[in-house]
Amino acid sequence: MRLIFAALAGGLFGAGLLVSGMTDTQKVQGWLDVFGDWDPTLAFVMGGAIIPMAIAWFATTRRAAPVLGGTFPSRPPQVIDNGLILGSTLFGMGWALAGLCPGPALASISWTGGAGLVFLITMAAGMFAAPQVRARLDMYWGMA
Amino acid sequence: MLTDWIYGLVGGLMIGSAGAMYLLINGRIMGASGILGGLIDRSGWSNGAERVAFVAALIVVPGVIALLSGGSDAHLSGNLWVVAIAGLLVGVGTRLAGGCTSGHGVCGISRLTWRGIMATVIYILAGAVLLSLLRHAWGLI
Repeated sequence: MRLIFAALAGGLFGAGLLVSGMTDTQKVQGWLDVFGDWDPTLAFVMGGAIIPMAIAWFATTRRAAPVLGGTFPSRPPQVIDNGLILGSTLFGMGWALAGLCPGPALASISWTGGAGLVFLITMAAGMFAAPQVRARLDMYWGMA
Repeated sequence: MLTDWIYGLVGGLMIGSAGAMYLLINGRIMGASGILGGLIDRSGWSNGAERVAFVAALIVVPGVIALLSGGSDAHLSGNLWVVAIAGLLVGVGTRLAGGCTSGHGVCGISRLTWRGIMATVIYILAGAVLLSLLRHAWGLI
């Protein structure tokens, strides 16, 4: 059952990314192009996504546990550490360069061909290296 | 185009409904970088099957829809160096930050977490600054 609902969520997420236009790198780069031909679509996508999600978070306060058992994710300590700042900055730069973030990069791989595959491979390499990068930065900055 | 925002809103509602379902039924946060990253750095192997099912459907379902609807164009850059560097930055960055557009953006902001809001502000600012420099100051993209 867990696998079925994980697949349903992943599939609906992917379909939503396609319908919303967020698998089109031009629309994402258009959102970031505030001094050019600015494209506000991403704000509507984000707004539309936040509505059901906010209701779901509210529902977690009224339910003891998820339908399939386990526990709801606890609220992590809300610390703005160097990892969040540096990581988000690097992510934003990569996002601007190609117009892809992790969800759309996966969702669009069926039609992005070799370039899409290159993006996925280097993204995976970055994700693989991240714990090492974090450990190194911890030594100098105390990122934890 | 005028209809773009309607598609954006409808697609957004679908994305948010997917996240709501994953949270209320499976008890998990729908963050693409976290789900994939946990498979890659082995930190999420204890519930790996769930992650694989999510990622597989995330790839297959839009692929099939695009196929049936006559294809889709991502307008992805053909410059493989640009794409490779972008992928590396996105991979390292999202894992250092602990989330991307779906995890920090959709799931974090809707929960009113300070980290989600700050991460989203920072990556949009960093992206807008770099894109403006690349496009308008240096004329590179």
